[in-house]
Amino acid sequence: MISVQDYRASYGQSEVLHGLNFELGKSEIVAIVGRNGMGKTTLMKSLMGIVPPSGGHVRVDSVDVTHMKSFERVSAGLGYVPQGRMIFPTMSVKENIETGLTSTGEKSISDDLYQLFPVLKDMSHRRGGNLSGGQQQQLAIARALATQPKALLLDEPTEGIQPSIIREMARVLRRIRDERQLSILVSEQVLSFAMDIADRVLVIENGNIVHEAQRDDIDEQQVAAYLAV
Amino acid sequence: MFSDYSWAELGSIFAMQGFAGLSLFSVYLLMALGLAIIFGQMGVINMAHGEFMILGAYVTYLCSNMVQQYLPFLFGGYFFVAIVLAFIVTAALGALVEWLLIRHLYKRPLDTLLATWGLSLILQQLYRTIFGAREVGVDLPSWMLGSISANDMIDIPINGLVVMSITLLIALGVYLLMFRSGFGRQTRAVVQNRVMAGAVGINTEKVDRLTFSLGCGIAGIAGSAFTMVGSTGPTAGQLYIVDTFLVVVFGGAASLLGTVASAFTISQAQSTLEFFLSGSMAKVLTLVTVVVILMLRPQGLFASKVRR
Repeated sequence: MISVQDYRASYGQSEVLHGLNFELGKSEIVAIVGRNGMGKTTLMKSLMGIVPPSGGHVRVDSVDVTHMKSFERVSAGLGYVPQGRMIFPTMSVKENIETGLTSTGEKSISDDLYQLFPVLKDMSHRRGGNLSGGQQQQLAIARALATQPKALLLDEPTEGIQPSIIREMARVLRRIRDERQLSILVSEQVLSFAMDIADRVLVIENGNIVHEAQRDDIDEQQVAAYLAV
Repeated sequence: MFSDYSWAELGSIFAMQGFAGLSLFSVYLLMALGLAIIFGQMGVINMAHGEFMILGAYVTYLCSNMVQQYLPFLFGGYFFVAIVLAFIVTAALGALVEWLLIRHLYKRPLDTLLATWGLSLILQQLYRTIFGAREVGVDLPSWMLGSISANDMIDIPINGLVVMSITLLIALGVYLLMFRSGFGRQTRAVVQNRVMAGAVGINTEKVDRLTFSLGCGIAGIAGSAFTMVGSTGPTAGQLYIVDTFLVVVFGGAASLLGTVASAFTISQAQSTLEFFLSGSMAKVLTLVTVVVILMLRPQGLFASKVRR
């Protein structure tokens, strides 16, 4: 679904991602774990066209998106849920989701989105900025799903959210994957959440992928050692 | 200053100056709507906004002359054609300017101030070269001349009413466009978070260009309205740009309702005070009041209530 080859990204002269290689299969959930400053968010932003690549290739369904602008990548099938949610604060919940319809050309929000997140239907006329953190996270996911992506990129979705909602979110993400055959790439620091949701775990350190394991044969202590500060 | 007049006279004076102020209100409101879109929504300080207005005024002037010369029997309706033409011409220039100049400066907001100020000087000189330094006036069709007499002391100018109706229609149109249409939703998304708007599939560059050119187009309509209030000259736009920024900031930069309310307040205060005091004293009083209110309420009259 997504294939990343020898992918590099830099801020000015300092290279942050040093030639990453990985694949994300159809309806597979892959978690990228790593400590702060190891390049998780840069990778996500770069896949979305927010940080320009300095080398390598990204393909979505064999379409080369390496040099596309953000909005073109959305049309190519990438959905993005950024770190810190980044919903549009002064727009209503409904309008927030509708911004995701721009690339699909649809006029109204489909009902199954509200079925995934019933709370958003109840609050559809509230301003996005007045929602709680967990609700904003749901809104950000709904907005990304409205673009009808083939693959969803989630950047630290558990940040600042209470544990009971984190478990609920893992359940919803798996349900989305099962219902829509969606591929999901999620960056995480919380190992329990990553273990709960992912089929495969990649560990990123200093801009390189240093460890990779299927969930079933993962050595939790070894991965935890990578995450230890 | 009121003691020289009887109550009945005072009432009529306020009513008449109020109606006279409506033309000023129309110009302020149309200018401010364009600026509120460009400054409030995009954060670009467009110092050339007054020159865009004057371009609209010149288009109206040309249109009036053409029609008078070649199609005199249509003269009664030329004003409406002129409004449409003024909009199209200024919007086209706006799109061009955005493409040449503004889009390179979105990350440097203060530089837009200098660049657009330079643009305003270029445009002024261009007008001077093409149309001459002398101010030009526009002939009105006969049905727009004259006034309605409400009683023997109050006369309401017809052209003021026409211009105000058009202004209110356009204000309503802008509101619907910004808050009820897909384009408006995209614009507001880009305004609130440009990067994120791109990442949900909005073509931000296209939205920027359309927004800027819409703002300029509305300034062009303001120019058509302006021909009713003052005479058109190369530098006439400069006199209005400061007032217009005042209207936008006073109203609360991102609020269209606030823009309407503040345009009304400022133009009425200006117009009424001008009758009793000299023009410059009226301006001083208005400005001082606005400054004091902005000190107490820096976010402007109407600001949206939301957690940030």
